[in-house]
Amino acid sequence: MEIAFDQLLIQTINGIVTGMILALVASGLTLIFGIMDVVNFAHGELFMLGAYAGVVVLAATGDFWIALVAASLLIALLGAVIYLTTLRPLLGRDPLTTILATFGVSLVLQNYALWQFGPVARKIQEPFTGHFTLFYLDYPWYRLVIALLSAAIIGTLWLFLKISTFGVWIRATTQDRVMAQAMGIPVPWVLTVVFAIGAAMAGASGVLFGPLVGVNHAMGLDWILKAFIVVVIGGMGNLAGSIAASIFISLLEAYASLWVSPAQAIIVSFVVLILTLLFRPTGLFVPTPK
Amino acid sequence: MRLRRSTIYWTGFSVIIALLIIAPFVLPEFWRRFVTEILIWGLLAMSSDLLIGYTGMVSFGHSAFFGLGMYGAAAALLMVKPPSLWLAIPAGLIGAAAVAAFVAYFSTRLRDIYFAITTLIFSQIFYVIIFTWTEVTGGENGLTFSRPRLAIPGLFSVPFTSETLHWFVLAAVTLSYLVLRRITQSPFGMVLQSIRENEARTRAIGYPVERYKIMAVMLSGLFAGLAGVLYAIQNRFAAPDFVFFVVSGEVVIYNVIGGIGTLVGPIVGAGFFLLLREGFSRFFTEYYLIPVGVIFVAMVIFMPQGLLGFARRWLNE
Amino acid sequence: MSETSAQPLVRVENIHTYYGKSHILHGVSLEVGKAEVVGLLGRNGVGKSTTLKAIAGLVHPSQGEVLFEGRAITQLAAHRLARLGIGYVPEDRRIFRLLSVIENLRTGLDRHGVTKVRKKELLDKVYEYFPVLAERRNQAGGTLSGGEQQMLAIARSMMLEPKIILLDEPTEGLMPRMISQIREIIGVLEQEEVAVLLVEQNVPLTLEAARRIYILEKGMVRHHAPASELRADATAIHQYMGV
Repeated sequence: MEIAFDQLLIQTINGIVTGMILALVASGLTLIFGIMDVVNFAHGELFMLGAYAGVVVLAATGDFWIALVAASLLIALLGAVIYLTTLRPLLGRDPLTTILATFGVSLVLQNYALWQFGPVARKIQEPFTGHFTLFYLDYPWYRLVIALLSAAIIGTLWLFLKISTFGVWIRATTQDRVMAQAMGIPVPWVLTVVFAIGAAMAGASGVLFGPLVGVNHAMGLDWILKAFIVVVIGGMGNLAGSIAASIFISLLEAYASLWVSPAQAIIVSFVVLILTLLFRPTGLFVPTPK
Repeated sequence: MRLRRSTIYWTGFSVIIALLIIAPFVLPEFWRRFVTEILIWGLLAMSSDLLIGYTGMVSFGHSAFFGLGMYGAAAALLMVKPPSLWLAIPAGLIGAAAVAAFVAYFSTRLRDIYFAITTLIFSQIFYVIIFTWTEVTGGENGLTFSRPRLAIPGLFSVPFTSETLHWFVLAAVTLSYLVLRRITQSPFGMVLQSIRENEARTRAIGYPVERYKIMAVMLSGLFAGLAGVLYAIQNRFAAPDFVFFVVSGEVVIYNVIGGIGTLVGPIVGAGFFLLLREGFSRFFTEYYLIPVGVIFVAMVIFMPQGLLGFARRWLNE
Repeated sequence: MSETSAQPLVRVENIHTYYGKSHILHGVSLEVGKAEVVGLLGRNGVGKSTTLKAIAGLVHPSQGEVLFEGRAITQLAAHRLARLGIGYVPEDRRIFRLLSVIENLRTGLDRHGVTKVRKKELLDKVYEYFPVLAERRNQAGGTLSGGEQQMLAIARSMMLEPKIILLDEPTEGLMPRMISQIREIIGVLEQEEVAVLLVEQNVPLTLEAARRIYILEKGMVRHHAPASELRADATAIHQYMGV
């Protein structure tokens, strides 16, 4: 089947846009895993609740950008609460327990959303609705803006980690939690804040992505799966890796959708994952330790 | 002292089995089906306990084994007329075994969290395949078929009644429990437990750890597949929902609630969870999973050994 | 045996610690005075490192008390103790390998109430004592040699402006030339009025650097004497260390 160049280009852009949002979600996940060895099953629900928070704040204020910021802060707070109530007590225990606890939390959050908002999907209006003409298609500006914003947020995070004092604390705690404590770094506080940051990133992604699809209580499930795939492919705890992997996977899926339905396109990601696990289990972009 | 312990155990066992046998006569139809379902989910949870509780390998892939057992049986029941029970069972088991072999291969190369996530992703792979391959699997709507007759070829053939179906399931689950119990108490089972305690040391002593893991996954998958077959027979349909990874998550919940490493614990856990869900759904209507979820998280934090965890040593003697 | 006249900086009273079911410290008691260098000798596995960890708050004794400037700190979290002025330099250094030298130093430097001016002073001082670190300030910690890492580990804890530094086998694995450098550093710390509790296998170094010495065996203090006494009569050392 002949694939026109313009279709390819459109899919490339689509792939990058989705990839950037996935990168935002996955960064939070990999950050949390890197610093505290917690596989946060509830991450998809933080994404979903971010979208709902966006809906609510948007309805109240009419301003998309306020909604974005407010939702991120709200979800950051929720993240801190979740960490303090369910994950802190589990520090030092078998890592299985954190997977289970976050799975339980995800069940609670999903059903909470179903309870509060009902099964009908909500909509978030884009902040602006301009299009530009890309070949035969009217391509919305908004999509490009999402990609840029996501990149900006990730970039800010990276800078924060590199330069600021708290960033040094986070990196030290990730490498050697015990010595970080011995150096006076308030590790319990650092862990809470990191979890909150990861949550905020997921929440922000939810708001950004909201206008592209309907907001409903099950939207987290797809994303948590893809985020896990990306985090494993990129190397767990490896921020740059998960960003690269997000874009890589999303591009592959976008191209695959030219041939098969989007539901089936995800098989491409699965295949890449399996190949990665077989040949480069520590991550595609990470050299396998000898 | 030892004699007393084992007599207590077997007495208790017999009492429970006896209760379960008379259940269909005593309970209204709804609850009869409920008990049968608890048995089926209990079997699934038990199969998962072999991996989680005894070998120390957390798997979120049991929905795949279960699902393929279900669909395998469905295939046999649909393709061969008249539908045959004794064809459906092996068909389901083969389906589950195929998936198990696939997962088993990876189990030897990945540890812990990676293995857990990978099994989760595998069950999603199968979900997507089943969901989208509509011509073969019925896609979203699944497959419906008729229940086979309870037949021993050459001897008799009668349709299942509600009672006989319950007893059939009870027999299958009890048999599975006894077999699994034998396995976990055998030298093989001891090695599995030693792998859970300290894999490196077990390997250093000289055991081919990979082979044991593969066996454990295969066994676990087979019994999970059996649960799927039983479910198919009981409910007469197969749907992709059961292959969705959330089902695997629920299975792990049953394990933890009931107590891992006890075999019976997961069955109790399944019962407890399903009862909770049933009970809460009457009060909280659609949102019953919220309090159930909260209780589960609380149990993970405060009662990690599960309901029967305290009896773990005792149950394994 | 001399008594410390004022209240000791650190006092450990009869602490017991367990690791799972193993009983590691069976009632250890010792004292370190302000600006004093005290040695802790003993064979491998007797509990020397554990004693340091208990003071640093990385291990919490199940019995007994640890007092710092007269105040019980036994159950306080390690990061609080670091801020109070207890520095810890573990066996095998444990610098942050992926952080640069300066970032390693910052982990101790970036604290409440330290002005920019003071930070610069501290950094300059440390670069003066350890010129190698100044040279390699932007290099990743993991790329430093063993001896350089040891210096970084000590310098890092000096950034806390501690009142005491707990040194766990600083000369382990170092070349003889570096050992004398460690001796110098301990002298510098003494000059800066930082107390040192030195755990070591290297007996001569300890005899020379410390004022008093405790000898540990099987989780208990078996001998305690001024270093001068032990320099004159090393019987106790032969007895407990088999040296």
